[in-house]
Amino acid sequence: MTALDIEVELTGRVGRFRLEVGFRVPATGVTALFGPSGAGKTTVLRCIAGLERLEGRVVVGGQVWQDAGRFRPPHQRAVGYVFQEPSLFEHLSVRGNLEFGLKRSGSPRLGLADVAAFLGLDPLLGRGVRKLSGGERQRVAIGRALLAQPEILLLDEPLAGLDGEARSEILPYLERLHRRLEIPVLYVSHDAREVAAFSDRVLLMREGRIQPAPQPGSAAGGVAPDALDGLAPQRIAGLALAALAAGLEPVGPGSAKSKA
Amino acid sequence: MLDVVRLTAELAGLTTVLLLILATPIAWWLARSRRWWREPIAAIAALPVVLPPTVLGFYLLIALGPASPLMALLHPFGIRTLAFTFTGLVIGSMIYSLPFAVQPLRAAFEALGERPLEAAATLRAAPLDAFLSVALPQARRGFVAAAILVFAHTVGEFGVVLMIGGSIPGKTQVLSIKIYELVESLQYGQAHLLAGGLVLFAFLVMLAMLLIERRAWRLQP
Repeated sequence: MTALDIEVELTGRVGRFRLEVGFRVPATGVTALFGPSGAGKTTVLRCIAGLERLEGRVVVGGQVWQDAGRFRPPHQRAVGYVFQEPSLFEHLSVRGNLEFGLKRSGSPRLGLADVAAFLGLDPLLGRGVRKLSGGERQRVAIGRALLAQPEILLLDEPLAGLDGEARSEILPYLERLHRRLEIPVLYVSHDAREVAAFSDRVLLMREGRIQPAPQPGSAAGGVAPDALDGLAPQRIAGLALAALAAGLEPVGPGSAKSKA
Repeated sequence: MLDVVRLTAELAGLTTVLLLILATPIAWWLARSRRWWREPIAAIAALPVVLPPTVLGFYLLIALGPASPLMALLHPFGIRTLAFTFTGLVIGSMIYSLPFAVQPLRAAFEALGERPLEAAATLRAAPLDAFLSVALPQARRGFVAAAILVFAHTVGEFGVVLMIGGSIPGKTQVLSIKIYELVESLQYGQAHLLAGGLVLFAFLVMLAMLLIERRAWRLQP
C-alpha cells in the first residue's frame, strides 16, 4: 500500500438497490470489477470519472477527486474512459477523435504516433468514424482515452457490444495494453474469461457490494494450493469466477458472510 | 421597388443572425433541463405560432411606444420610441419567429443525447468547450433548418410589420406590406411581379432546405 493507491468509497441509492462500495487497490496493473449485470459496476466507474455523484471518497494517484467537501468535475479528472458503445465524435475523423483529448491535456507522455501504431490505427487515421467496424471503433475509443494522458484507464465492458469476430480482433490489443501500460486500469466486465485473461486482481460485485473473490495469481478462494498444482493461475481464477457468476458461493473466509 | 427587396432581405438576415444567437441557449436549456417549469417556458417560447400576428403586434406597439416603461429605460441613451423604426421591426421579427428557431434547435440538441458530452468531459473538455466543439457541430443540421425557417418566415411576415412598422419607405416598408399597398391602389402589374417573386423565393427556400438536409446526411463522416 502506497500513497498512490486507488481508493474508492461510495454509498448511495442506485435504482432499486443501495450501492455500498469501498476498496483500495494498488495503482498498477489491471483490476477487474466483475459481477452480473445490474450489480452497480458501471455506476462505480462513472462515479470515479465524476459523471455521477454519490456520497463518498475517490482518491487516484495521491489526488483527492472527491471527499466530503470536494467534488472535482469530470473534465478536471485525469481519467481515460472507454464506454460500452464507442461513443466516438461523428463529426470528426479518426484523427480528430484521437486528438480531441490530446489537445486538451498538458505535457503529453503518449504521442499520437505511438498510440496509433500500438492499436493498429494508422490505416484508419484519415477516415470518418461512421463506416468503421465495431472493433475498429472500440480501438479508436481506447486510443482516444489513452491520448488524454490519464492517470487511470476506466474500461466499461469494452467488448460487450461486439460480435465474436470483432472480439477476437480486439483481444490481442487489450492483452498488449495489459502488458505495456504503466497506468492502472479498472476493467468492468461480466465475462469470467475476459476477466481471467487480463486482470491482475478481481473485485467481485453483486447487488451494489464488493464480495470476496478469488485472485488471479493466488490460489482460488480457499482451495488448498497444492490441489491446483499444474494449472495456470489465470485458468484457476477463470474457473472460480465462472462458478461465482453462475451463482455458486465462494469457498473461504468470506463465505459465511455472504450466506447471511 | 429594389429598395423594398433590399430592406426585406436586410431585416430577414439580421433577424436570422440575432435570433440564432438568442435561441441557442434557450433551446439548449429546454433540451437538457429537468425542472418542472421547462414545459411552461417552452409553451411561452412557442406562443407566437398560435397568436394572431396582430395581437403580438399590438403588444409590441405598446411595449416599444414612447409611454412604455421599457422605453423609459432607454431614455438616457436618447431613444424615446422604437415603434415605426427598423430596430423595432427587428425586435418584433425576432419575437415573431422565435419558435421557428427554438424548435429545430431543441430537437437537434435532444437528438444529441448525453453521451457525446460525457465523452467530451472525460477528454478534459470543460462544459463550454464541449458545447462548442461537440454539441454545436453535431447539431449543425438543426442550425441550418432554423436559419432557413427564420429567414423565410421573416420575409413572409405581415401582421406584426403592419402593426409596428408603419410602412415608411426605405426604413420599414417591406415586401409583404408593399404588395398589400399595391393591390389597394390597384397596381396589379407590380403586385404580380413581387408576389410571383415571393412564390419563387419560397420554392427555392424549400428546395434548399430539402437538399441541404439530404446532403448533410450523406456527407456525415
